[in-house]
Amino acid sequence: MSVAIENRAELSKELAAFVEEWRNKPGNLIMVLHKIQEEYGYVPEPVAREVARRLRVPEAQVFGVLTFYNFFNLEPPGKHRIAVCMGTACYLKGGGSILEDLSEYLNVPINGVTADKQFSLQAVRCIGCCGLAPAVLIDGEVVGKLTKEKMRETLKKYRENTQEALVTSQAL
Amino acid sequence: MITITIDGKKLQVAPGTSVLAAALDAGIDIPRLCYHKHLLPTGHCRLCVVDVVGFHEPQPACTLAAKDGLVVSTRNEELYKRRKMIIDMLLSDHPMNCTVCDKSGACSLQKYAYDFGMKETTLNFECAREGFKQDDNPFLLRDHQYCILCGRCTRVCDEVVGADAIEFSGRGFESHIATPFNEAMSESACVFCGSCVQVCPTAALMPKVRLGRGREWEFPRIDSVCGYCGVGCRVQYALKPGVEGGMPNGHREIVYAQGYKDAAVNDEFLCTKGRYGWDFASNKERLTRPLVRKDLAKQLGLSDEDWAPDEASPLQTKGAEKNFIPVAWDKALEIITDKLVETIEQNGPDSVAGLASARCTNEDNYVFQKVMRAAIGTNNVDHCARLCHASTVAGLAQAFGSGAMTNGIKEVRDADCVFITGSNTSEAHPVIGYEVVRAVKQGASLVVVDPRRVPITEHARLHLQPTPGTDIFVFMAMMHVILREDWIDKSFISKRTEGFDEFKASVSELTPEIAAEKSGVAAADIELAARLYALGERRSGVSKYGDDRGRSTILYSMGITQRSNGTNLVMTLANLAMMAGHLGKRSSGVNPLRGQSNVQGACDLGALPNVFPGYQKVADEDARAKVAKVWKVPSLPDQAGLTVVEQMRAVEAGDVKALLIMGENPMMSDPNINHVEKALRSAAFVVVSEIFLSETAQLAHVVLPAASSLEKDGTFTNTERRVQKLNKVLHAPGESREDYLVYAELGRRICKRLKKTGINWNFASTAAVMNEISAAAPQYGGISHERLGPEGLTWPCPTADHPGTPILHTEKFTRGKGKFYAGEPSLPAELTDAEYPFVLTTGRMLYHYHTGTMTRRSHPLSWKEPKGYVEINEADAERLGLTEDKPVVIESRRGRIRTRARIGERVAEGVVFVPFHYREAAANLLTQDEALDPVAKIPELKVCAVRVENPAAKSAKTAS
Repeated sequence: MSVAIENRAELSKELAAFVEEWRNKPGNLIMVLHKIQEEYGYVPEPVAREVARRLRVPEAQVFGVLTFYNFFNLEPPGKHRIAVCMGTACYLKGGGSILEDLSEYLNVPINGVTADKQFSLQAVRCIGCCGLAPAVLIDGEVVGKLTKEKMRETLKKYRENTQEALVTSQAL
Repeated sequence: MITITIDGKKLQVAPGTSVLAAALDAGIDIPRLCYHKHLLPTGHCRLCVVDVVGFHEPQPACTLAAKDGLVVSTRNEELYKRRKMIIDMLLSDHPMNCTVCDKSGACSLQKYAYDFGMKETTLNFECAREGFKQDDNPFLLRDHQYCILCGRCTRVCDEVVGADAIEFSGRGFESHIATPFNEAMSESACVFCGSCVQVCPTAALMPKVRLGRGREWEFPRIDSVCGYCGVGCRVQYALKPGVEGGMPNGHREIVYAQGYKDAAVNDEFLCTKGRYGWDFASNKERLTRPLVRKDLAKQLGLSDEDWAPDEASPLQTKGAEKNFIPVAWDKALEIITDKLVETIEQNGPDSVAGLASARCTNEDNYVFQKVMRAAIGTNNVDHCARLCHASTVAGLAQAFGSGAMTNGIKEVRDADCVFITGSNTSEAHPVIGYEVVRAVKQGASLVVVDPRRVPITEHARLHLQPTPGTDIFVFMAMMHVILREDWIDKSFISKRTEGFDEFKASVSELTPEIAAEKSGVAAADIELAARLYALGERRSGVSKYGDDRGRSTILYSMGITQRSNGTNLVMTLANLAMMAGHLGKRSSGVNPLRGQSNVQGACDLGALPNVFPGYQKVADEDARAKVAKVWKVPSLPDQAGLTVVEQMRAVEAGDVKALLIMGENPMMSDPNINHVEKALRSAAFVVVSEIFLSETAQLAHVVLPAASSLEKDGTFTNTERRVQKLNKVLHAPGESREDYLVYAELGRRICKRLKKTGINWNFASTAAVMNEISAAAPQYGGISHERLGPEGLTWPCPTADHPGTPILHTEKFTRGKGKFYAGEPSLPAELTDAEYPFVLTTGRMLYHYHTGTMTRRSHPLSWKEPKGYVEINEADAERLGLTEDKPVVIESRRGRIRTRARIGERVAEGVVFVPFHYREAAANLLTQDEALDPVAKIPELKVCAVRVENPAAKSAKTAS
């Protein structure tokens, strides 16, 4: 029943201050969880538990919110984050099949991370680049007017960069 | 009242009533799955949709509030189709296992499938939801594939229990009920009360013990009162079908327990002990035959013939054969009678003392104290109430004239401010904890004053954490603030009370700043607490009552009473309530939460050394004459007898030679056990009636096997003064007997030998005992077993047509006017020093009860909390180098124990807490029995000084 010390996460100063600022405001849980994901790239379990404690929100409820919204990741994301737009324009122009193909090509479930932790794949709502439909965000950069082939081609670059980086770091 | 029309029927209902509730009350059945009478409606399942004039679409009846003139129809073809579709969809995702399902016959989905004539689903979905079973504990099984996502379980966990252990997780087809991060139930915040199991409409949540034991409609069911704490929940036991009659001596077996529907006290909810802790009754270690200690047997020349074991009831007590031999009942009673009569003749009646029991029925206690007073002729009768609420009985009697809860349990939920002090409500009185949670969820303010961060503080708006023993300063400063700010209820004070001016002076100097210095609680917090309590200020929402100030209620327990200034503290709380006028109304009063199933009743029926049944003072000549007339004795002793602790001292001093102990375990429950042991070992003759060979029974000369409360008829009086009927659920094992029969027989034998004639010991049943009780105790004057339905009756109930008194002091106080008492603050008797720098406080924890005799023999409960522990603050633990769950040694001036560290934030720095349930690490080896409250003679169990050692550090030092 008592909280063992080792289970408790230390929050960064910034995050702790943010939690404090939002402590008694309505809708604070979503805001804080957003902030955590922004900081860590996902929502680590110990951090979520600590935030539940500080906001006096039941852990079960925090978990409920985290699993209700696809936006939140409970696992660390891949090195490169691919967000496939499922907005109306992109969807009509074949965004769905781009997503499916990516899933197959990278061998990763939608909203999952590849085994080598290089790519995470997400389906997202309209990213506001309808003119470039179908479009995808890779690490925040827009790649538009995609076909399956162009998509695979683009990914190669990221993979090569990674491998180059790997080689360089090993050489050093 | 407003009028609505449902299916052409005009109904008068209170505004705000839901259409569904109104319909159900009027006997109009509307299909429903997610709705539960005791939970807030959510409109989840849409099964209860009805047509309402003025709405285009059908509306869920559960969330639709009745408005004047509303016209509703609940049945037509369209609604039928919609409802059937919902059932169809639920069935499409539900295993059609009814033939082997344990819930069959009690499953709501099965019922509606039958009602709608659906053999199977018409939809060909692939079952998208993946099923999983979570089988990680002995309490309950979660089988997700049966879940229909009605949300009753999450709501009961949140709204009633307040544990918030489970919640909806995921969405769409992936929705399921989950613990945080899908951790095991035993790791989660779950308190294993099983309320989710109780409200689950399908087999998704099932009690483990029930699985595979029979079909729902086969179980005979008997309801009775839970034998654990003083809340007095009504429990319904399902028994194994078809066993009785098929066995040589008749045999009954409990399959599972659930809350009795619409119980007067607990709605239908229970705590973990009530729902799962009944299996002690069939434990192999139960005593089944009277036992005589070998040395005494030898001395008496008892031969084998006297104790030839009976085939039907083999001696089952582990280890007992080493020190005891079994004898026939007649022989055991003969030995006891001989010894007692001999003692009385040689040393006078006051050389005998008796301990009655807060766990035995009213009838048992009444007969026991009658034996002590009428047959033996002494007032030396007391029981463990001395160790819990003696100061309440003394303090509230002085302030109000009556020492019991002023209000009913169910009124707590409607309070605007709940003020809890010295009560670990959610662990020691869990179902009252549920009431507090409900009040908070409706917007009430909860203020807790407690040195520990007990679980109920999770729901508190304000938690004041004084250093143990300094709370009196906080209370007095609160009163100082209430006076200063003029938040007093002037009309209440002038009309209903006396002694106010004198009292006023006593708190005039005690500012919050002074209290802050003494107690470590911030002055601003004391001021806020004063305001919230005095004005009954809510956190949100609107008061149910609409008075000019909100209604506040005080709940307190042993943190207040088990103190060397306990009576003073109780009167301080009484002052606080009177000055703010928070008395004599619904949801507004001073409420001591009594600890044991029948501690209220044991006190009521005279198991106290200074009063006869009904609190009639033994020193009062009229009372003596009245009781003597009922008992048909020429005279009764007029001197108050010895209290629990005094009895032990007298035994040691040789003044008391013989002790009769009925179902008490002073070797665990009394302070300074070493002292108790010395006393018991030095006693010439000790008799103990018990269900197990308890620590105390092991020191007895004669042990009498007793029936447990599950095996008894009779009544318990709960903490809100409600007298409730017990029904015999099980047969008492072996030759064990109900205590009232045993002591009536003993009374008869003693009277015969002492030539006292005419005293009635012929009780044909517990009902006959109650008839005599009602003649002797005025509060019970109108109570008889025939009158006690499932609701029971609250005393005072003076006449046979009196409806009972749920709220005390409504028009005037029992003593006339409420009496303010000008007290002086004082500190605990034993303070910390360099040698003993920690304050030790003791108490209960959720899964065990009192001395653990029953709960530690319950499989699920002891599985959850098998070992003793000490709670220590993380800062202290770090300083001492302690590790979680690793050994710690605690030592006081009286003794030492070795236990395990439980490190956290529950206790403040400098404080340690040890639960008193574990014999291998008995908290009461450490507590002190010297400083007694001067009025109530209660020992200060809650505060003493100890030192804490880390044996690992010591051995490391020795090694180096």
